[in-house]
Amino acid sequence: MSSQHGHAEGSTRLYLSVWIILLALSVVEVYLGYIHLSVGLMLVLLMGLSLIKAGMIIAYFMHLRFERASLVWTLLPMWIIVTCLLFVFFPDSFRALELRFPK
Amino acid sequence: MATGEISKTMWEGGASPYAIPSKKLGMWLFIISDALTFSAILIAYSYLRVASDDWPTPFHFYPSIVVSTVMTFCLLTSSITMVMAVTAAKQGRIGSTVKWLGATMAGGIAFLVLHANEWMTLIHEGLRPFENPWGSPLFGATFFTATGLHMLHVTIGVFVLAAIAAGFKRGRYPADYVEIAGLYWHFVDLVWMFLFPLIYLLSIMPE
Repeated sequence: MSSQHGHAEGSTRLYLSVWIILLALSVVEVYLGYIHLSVGLMLVLLMGLSLIKAGMIIAYFMHLRFERASLVWTLLPMWIIVTCLLFVFFPDSFRALELRFPK
Repeated sequence: MATGEISKTMWEGGASPYAIPSKKLGMWLFIISDALTFSAILIAYSYLRVASDDWPTPFHFYPSIVVSTVMTFCLLTSSITMVMAVTAAKQGRIGSTVKWLGATMAGGIAFLVLHANEWMTLIHEGLRPFENPWGSPLFGATFFTATGLHMLHVTIGVFVLAAIAAGFKRGRYPADYVEIAGLYWHFVDLVWMFLFPLIYLLSIMPE
């Protein structure tokens, strides 16, 4: 149907190694849950690992690494900008605790 | 026909700026907008969590954390079988494609069964959307919203894969459709990569 887009593909071996790395990172996340770190540090570590996992899924499983750069530039900035806008309100959550009436 | 296409400029539709089928671009645009929905829900969850001083931490190592880790394994494995299905479909191996799609659906169904079981356990322990025995009532609201929306996505994904497998087997759908359904499936997997640490791993019951 559309054989005109003959872009480069990854090999089965590449996909299997991505899969194993993703599983390993998940195990690391569970381990992080059980060593007693502060919530803030844990949140940063877990979100960092999750972003790496998401990046690997998007790049390899969803093939974005093998697509044209124009597609990447159309899709990702949209998500990044709107997510940053959602975070505009986030600092309020730290104040909300102190603004409560005492129980 | 070919000369007609070449004489058109890019703005007249003569060029394909992304070099992908239109349905695939449509799926990508849907995925980005759906990703924003999940971003909004997860950021709202994080906000409420930071702003509450009595957030519950009800998840024991067994069953909750063990089961959710197995669920992560199910989804990641179903992603790799989906990759295999796309590869087989592109090579025109119909039987192999349907087999790999079946394996992908099995992973999704295993995820759904384990997750429904997890819900029933928590509901049995007293978790409701607007109350729970442990602390902030917002926990139930955010838990059921985030994981429920994700479960809905997995359920839809299983049905989509079933429809694609049936159509591809009969030769009604081209290999592109398998790839496009695969994009959606990987996205569902991707969302779980954020739900799992944010909802489960940050609410582990301290010993």
